[in-house]
Amino acid sequence: MKVVVCVKQIPDPADPGALDPESKTLKRDQKLILDESDSYGVEMALQLVDTAGEGSVHLVSMAPNNEVGGLRTALAMGAESATLVSDDALKGTDALGTAKVLAAAIARSEPDLVLTATESSDGYTGTVPEMVAELLGLPSVTFAKSVAIDGGTAKVKRQTEAGYDDVECPLPALVSVTAGVVEPRYPSFKGIMAAKSKPVDEVTCSDLGIDAGSVGWAGSGQEIVSVEDAPARESGEVIEDEGDAHERIVAFLDELKVL
Amino acid sequence: MGLDKIWVFGEANGDAVATITLEMLAKAREIADTVEVFMAGDGDDYAEELGDHGATTVYATGDLDGAMQGVSVASAVAAAVADGNGPSAFMLGTSQDGRDVAARLSVKLDAPVITNVVDLEVDGDSLVGNEPIFGGTVDVKTKNTSGKPGIFLVRPKSFTAESAGGAEAEVEDLDVPDLGATGTARVTAVFAEESDGPKLDEAAIVVSGGRGLGEKDAYAMIEDLAKAVGGAAGASRAIVDAGWVPYSYQVGQTGKVVKPMVYIACGISGATQHLVGMKGSKNIIAINKDAEAPIFAVADLGIVGDVHKVLPKLIEALKAQ
Repeated sequence: MKVVVCVKQIPDPADPGALDPESKTLKRDQKLILDESDSYGVEMALQLVDTAGEGSVHLVSMAPNNEVGGLRTALAMGAESATLVSDDALKGTDALGTAKVLAAAIARSEPDLVLTATESSDGYTGTVPEMVAELLGLPSVTFAKSVAIDGGTAKVKRQTEAGYDDVECPLPALVSVTAGVVEPRYPSFKGIMAAKSKPVDEVTCSDLGIDAGSVGWAGSGQEIVSVEDAPARESGEVIEDEGDAHERIVAFLDELKVL
Repeated sequence: MGLDKIWVFGEANGDAVATITLEMLAKAREIADTVEVFMAGDGDDYAEELGDHGATTVYATGDLDGAMQGVSVASAVAAAVADGNGPSAFMLGTSQDGRDVAARLSVKLDAPVITNVVDLEVDGDSLVGNEPIFGGTVDVKTKNTSGKPGIFLVRPKSFTAESAGGAEAEVEDLDVPDLGATGTARVTAVFAEESDGPKLDEAAIVVSGGRGLGEKDAYAMIEDLAKAVGGAAGASRAIVDAGWVPYSYQVGQTGKVVKPMVYIACGISGATQHLVGMKGSKNIIAINKDAEAPIFAVADLGIVGDVHKVLPKLIEALKAQ
């Protein structure tokens, strides 16, 4: 079974994010790491291939400046190989453009299953997985909280507002997984060493047959018209608990007459 | 001056129209001359309520026989647009199915989706969506310049649902074309997770717990406190991911958006992911050991202290009242 996992390499969430005042997009000049949300898809893929007893896990990522830091982490977890799409023409690419690039890169490996997170931690549009499925002509199940493969069919518990649905979907298919679906493994020392020599195929838009005008700023059908600081919420009183903080909370609730 | 026509994606909870749909209808009425709803399922069940909230027509697919809403509804809408019956813009709620429909539709129309929108304004013959980023400290306004109908994913609780006193909406068929391989996923069973007390996104008081509780068993304090104040219990993503409580408890970017009268955050540091889900609360009380925790920046009353010490005394004091 061939599984492709889409992974995003993002600025470390521990570093405060910032917008580039000129381009009005997120700054991406620092070192990029594997989006934690994607570690669940990587782990899921490794477990499914393990259960199937055969197959491989391939990664697909799009990032500026041929960044591979996050890919190496996922390779160290156990993925076999990766495709990285990096091209100056991709600057300013929106979710739809990103999906076009990922779909073209995924199509080259003709996978049985495509796994993604439900959304990235930095851009969180939550639309790319379903766009990729549509572009590849695949059925899809989003927001999976468990995934099993049974004789060419993905059996998924799909999170809903009320609880969950059981969904069955014949392969090939795309499934987006929620955080917490599995416990991502930590790369072992051996894995980290092995990852250094695993193949990362670096490709450009033209390698994928993508017209540069359909992605990047040129291909984005949206324009950021303003970026402004939101009205700040006035911060209130902060006190140290000296054993009687509960009384202060009760008094606060009493004042609001909500009890 | 508004748009000609907006289509709002209709979702339902059992017999009732989902709150997010009614919220979007309230805004759509403000910015468009004609407001119509498109949805999966049987439109007749919801035509009266949707009409009351200002929709004049409901385009409904009928029973999908277990097929996924995303690909079914998007394909049906794309066909309607191709026939020249589409609107100037689409509004969909940021729900599981809303996202699926918007994303599939985006590819079919080759038009962008403008996401995480909390407000919309008309600019000429196009719409501008306002998206708060960095935990709501910065507002980004994005205009649809594609020349195609704009697709906007709207966050819950952005607008207030309000009856417009409209007549029952007309119901029209929204035909789903042959979906080929894309339509082969099937829902085989549906499960609801029951919970006691008021609903998380409707309660006047919400008490949420986070990693600072230390262990799963300590979450019982959150439920006890919620019960003592007649509120609902919530959680940060960290403890949902850790499996302490189900996803239905999650408050935040990927969970529920809540705007209660009082929000009590217990052992929650206040990651951006969490803040966007609760920052609109009228009053915020935070209890956390770390005085530097970002949650204190939005708290009206901040307690720097150990939840294991403060909560038992608080629960006892409230029960005694």
